[in-house]
Amino acid sequence: MLGLGADRLRADMNRLLAFLFHQGILDEQYLQLQQLQDESSPNFVSEVVNIYFHESEKLLRNLRSLLMDREFSDYKKMGIHLNQFMGSSSSIGAKRVRNVCVAFRAASEQNNRAGCLRALELLEHEYCFLKNKLHELFQIEQQRVLAAGVRYPMQN
Amino acid sequence: MVLGKGASSSLSRKMVDGAEDMVSNCNDFTVLVVDDDPVIRKLHDMHLKKFGLSAQVVENGKTAVDLCHFGATFNLILMDKEMPIMDGVEATKELRAMGVNSLIVGVTSRDSQYETQAFMEAGLDFCFEKPLTADKISFILQELNKKN
Repeated sequence: MLGLGADRLRADMNRLLAFLFHQGILDEQYLQLQQLQDESSPNFVSEVVNIYFHESEKLLRNLRSLLMDREFSDYKKMGIHLNQFMGSSSSIGAKRVRNVCVAFRAASEQNNRAGCLRALELLEHEYCFLKNKLHELFQIEQQRVLAAGVRYPMQN
Repeated sequence: MVLGKGASSSLSRKMVDGAEDMVSNCNDFTVLVVDDDPVIRKLHDMHLKKFGLSAQVVENGKTAVDLCHFGATFNLILMDKEMPIMDGVEATKELRAMGVNSLIVGVTSRDSQYETQAFMEAGLDFCFEKPLTADKISFILQELNKKN
């Protein structure tokens, strides 16, 4: 009986990860993050991802605030925010979010405000989806760790 | 994509396998990570720890230049391109003008060859697209070993 709950949860995690890779939401860079995690930094992945969430939400607020300004013309500033978003998304393996940033940056470089607004909506959507899925992954991982720590009394 | 003076295009798995040997050679190297993105700073710091290195970490080019101006020396500087206050291009130019001969490796999220070339011309030894991976770090540390 020992560990069956943990095994089932591990299978759930693997299934979710496979889904995220198959849909192009994550790429192999996420695996690099996992490989960096070890006993001395057991929460490394969730720490990095939580920093990413915090920074991304700031960037999304900045982007929206720029575009909602009626007299907006600072495409250079927008480009700076997008470069940061692209860099951090690439670094955690957030492939679809990164791809939307690329399209957003292209619209920004053409001073295409309507294109930028459309890209921002898509970016917010993709980011939300990614965040929900990663939270789900971390929750399953937490449950798996707890389940693996359950001990049943030995029967004589 | 790697640009660099004498950069090999064959970043093979062999370099990652040989990385453990580098750890014993690396412990005395000093590293500076210059990046305004806390995600990248944490990631690069962890990558370097895996090779037995601990890095000093700063948020923009001006702080990096000031550190060196006041006497800090580094074997390796990982320099982001786009940063507030002073960007990577400007910081690299200033560091080279000061006579800093550290291995300076640029890291950029832009894949434009024109912009990467401009960054290289500021005085970089190599330039990589984000993200840095274990393979890229291995390559950099091999170059650092050669230089030292």
